Amino acid sequence: MTAEPAVGLKALHSRRGWIGVGAATLIVGVIVPLLSVAVPASSPLHVPDYLVALLGKFLCYGIVALAIDLIWGFTGILSLGHGVFFALGGYAMGMYLMLSIGAQGVYKSVLPDFMVFLDWKELPWFWRGFDNLSVALAAALLVPGLLAFAFGYFAFRSRIRGVYFSIITQALTYALMLLFFRNETGFGGNNGLTDFKSLYGYDLHEPSTKVALYVLSALGLLLTYLLCRFIVTSKAGRVLRAIRDVESRAMFVGFNPTSYKLFAWTLSAILCGLAGALYVPQVGIINPGEMQPANSIEMAIWVAVGGRATLFGAILGAFLVNGMRSFFTAAMPNAWLYILGSLFIAVTLFFPDGVAGALGRLKRKS
Amino acid sequence: MTRSGSFNVAARLRRALGAVVGLLAFGVAVNASADQLSEDLAGLASKDAADVSRAIIKAANRGDARALPALHALDDGKLRFDTVKHLLIKADTGKLSDALTGAAANAQGKLEEPASDNEVRRALSPALASLSLSAPDPKTRLAAARSLGRPSDEIVPILRKLKTKESDADVKMALALALAPADMVSPKPADRVRALEAIRTASDATFKGDVERLLLKGEDGKFVEPDASVRAAASAAISAIETRQFLINSVANTFYGLSLGSVLILCALGLAITFGLMRVINMAHGEMMMIGAYTSFVVQNFFIAHLASHLDWYIAVAVPAAFAVSGAVGVLMERTVIRHLYGRPLETLLATWGISLLLIQTVRLIFGAQNVTVANPSWLSGGVEILPEVVLTYSRLAVIAFSIVVMLFVWALMQKTRLGLEVRAVTQNREMAAAMGISTRRVDMWTFGIGSGVAGLGGVALSQLSNVGPELGQGYIVDSFMVVVLGGVGKLAGTIVGGLGLGLVNKYLEPVAGAVLGKICILGFIIVFIQRRPQGIFALKGRAAEGM
Repeated sequence: MTAEPAVGLKALHSRRGWIGVGAATLIVGVIVPLLSVAVPASSPLHVPDYLVALLGKFLCYGIVALAIDLIWGFTGILSLGHGVFFALGGYAMGMYLMLSIGAQGVYKSVLPDFMVFLDWKELPWFWRGFDNLSVALAAALLVPGLLAFAFGYFAFRSRIRGVYFSIITQALTYALMLLFFRNETGFGGNNGLTDFKSLYGYDLHEPSTKVALYVLSALGLLLTYLLCRFIVTSKAGRVLRAIRDVESRAMFVGFNPTSYKLFAWTLSAILCGLAGALYVPQVGIINPGEMQPANSIEMAIWVAVGGRATLFGAILGAFLVNGMRSFFTAAMPNAWLYILGSLFIAVTLFFPDGVAGALGRLKRKS
Repeated sequence: MTRSGSFNVAARLRRALGAVVGLLAFGVAVNASADQLSEDLAGLASKDAADVSRAIIKAANRGDARALPALHALDDGKLRFDTVKHLLIKADTGKLSDALTGAAANAQGKLEEPASDNEVRRALSPALASLSLSAPDPKTRLAAARSLGRPSDEIVPILRKLKTKESDADVKMALALALAPADMVSPKPADRVRALEAIRTASDATFKGDVERLLLKGEDGKFVEPDASVRAAASAAISAIETRQFLINSVANTFYGLSLGSVLILCALGLAITFGLMRVINMAHGEMMMIGAYTSFVVQNFFIAHLASHLDWYIAVAVPAAFAVSGAVGVLMERTVIRHLYGRPLETLLATWGISLLLIQTVRLIFGAQNVTVANPSWLSGGVEILPEVVLTYSRLAVIAFSIVVMLFVWALMQKTRLGLEVRAVTQNREMAAAMGISTRRVDMWTFGIGSGVAGLGGVALSQLSNVGPELGQGYIVDSFMVVVLGGVGKLAGTIVGGLGLGLVNKYLEPVAGAVLGKICILGFIIVFIQRRPQGIFALKGRAAEGM
């Protein structure tokens, strides 16, 4: 858009933008944890543990929303299978947590309980090395990344786009969900991985560990935001938007859409894997239910509600929709699906640019 | 019937004796008069189990098939005797008839049931078998021979005798098979070979384990079966059994595959109309099926409440009703939401997903989250057995026939009616069709309504095969998209080939890989297939192929 691309930090945000990012980081990443840890429980300012846990989950969802915004909002590719990448990251972390239970499980075996239950004598080969946190973290990023790369390579090379791509990503998550539901696959089947005790020696049930994980998630969200911001303001980001708007023209100008799309797609999957890895220690369970096609579609609606191609809108959408879910499933369980359904319809029909777009219009008017 | 050895020695001796006597008696021409027979059976009218079993053995040795009704009645617990020891059969209706002549009769004094114990029951089954095997009608003999199972040691000699006398080839075959277990443990290799040949001819899978045991090697590395010719016969028998099993499985899998494919076609046909012809991704399509299924549930309940005498014909009302209800919901969707989203396929996808959530929740609130049962009408329950173990249920056959009818209906609608012509015109070139005076918006609405109505018909078919629940449609949506994409978008013929192919491959893979793994293989295959051939099995030609 700008005639002369700005450099350095200025390229990412204007001064006001940076102030906004700083303020949001301060509130979410510093003040909330402080209010939870340092303020006594009797004080009205105290942030209760459950709220920290809830917000921690939302921060992970925010990372997912950014990842989807990158591929859908900026590149125009709607994925209905991002739940798979999220769940794979979660499973990698879950495997580490499972092995760090050690012999404290119900069956007092070094093997995870479900393997004892299945009468397995030793760890399957794909579980080797997951007792090491750095291996697990690397896998949480690499496995989704590699799957996305392989899948995207073939799909984009065959020029599969639009709804076709959406449908086969849905088939992908459906197929993997079925696969992970099987006990023989070796990831705990139906029940998934759960009953975690500790992460790197810290007890997961301690409030201090929870707050630490919360802060880590906030940090993860901030870094993801900055990375996405860096990408979309770079030259590559402009090529991505060109592909989104008119792919054939971008191609004729001399860019290779396949490699740009593949880059955005793979990065998006890796970010989802990161979100999954941060998510699992906080909620204490990962099971194949995370790969349900419905979950992945909902992830897309977070971004649609917040506003596509704005990044901060995606985060906002993830917080808004999930906040509403937490509220309504408790207050009016029967109404929630109506609200969610209406949200899908209303956003697509009346607010195609979401909350961020509506805010932008308000600002322009005033 | 099993050759258990847990009964006492005395009983065993006694029955062995009985069998020997039986053998001797068998040679004698059986021409007993009714007097002799009733004399034999008189022992049945006793409260002493030993009397009863002696009488049974006597009757069996006499070999007179007229004793059968009385013995069957004893077997079923319907035999009674009165104070003058007159044997009577008490039917379920309470009517009494003479056990020998079958004529209606009256009891004198109190009715009593003959004594029964394990001994009686053990004597009864071989007696019934040997008597029915000497019945004059070959069909009765065949049925009796087939019901022998694994005959106990006592009746094996009787069977051998009967087999040599048997004239009917089928009965002889069945007897040879019944004798096979006894022959297989015979010390003479020739007997064993004969048994194996009988098994090979019958290809009866129940013997597979026994035959395989012959081919095993013992701990000393030698074959359990020393004779090479017997081993050769055993391998031949096993391969014959396996061939037959394969045949049975193929027939069964083809049938299940066809019926699954028919359901997929019914679901995908509607989708092929909305997605293929209109380029609208309708994620609520599965819910149209669900609505169709619930419509048949409502119609069924209406019949139960108001037209119970015509309950069997509720389905005739359910079919048009489901088409109308689902179609109406589809038209409503098109007018309120989808109309505003033409040309924005990704948004349509999300909005229709929202609609599907609304529909699921509405149905859940009205009918509850639990599954409801839609019963088959009585003329659809049961089935026809085309091979042993392969039963084609009428409900599945009806679903296959129904899907053919629906396919013809859709084809006729698209090819033979004015509306079909307009739909095809709008599909090929919207602007040009509009310029020719076709109201494209009206065509859109009708097309969407028909597509949804066809899905509702699929729901009726599904309600006959499985339970009906609010989430019924969700299970089929991925599959039916696969069918449409596999078949080639915009091609109804492709939908049919895709649906049948998917159904068959699914059912053929299931026994090999298991249900879940089979499904994963198929999804994987489709993902790869679409990448190699994005246009599907049937490629569109010309301009319509562009802009996808």
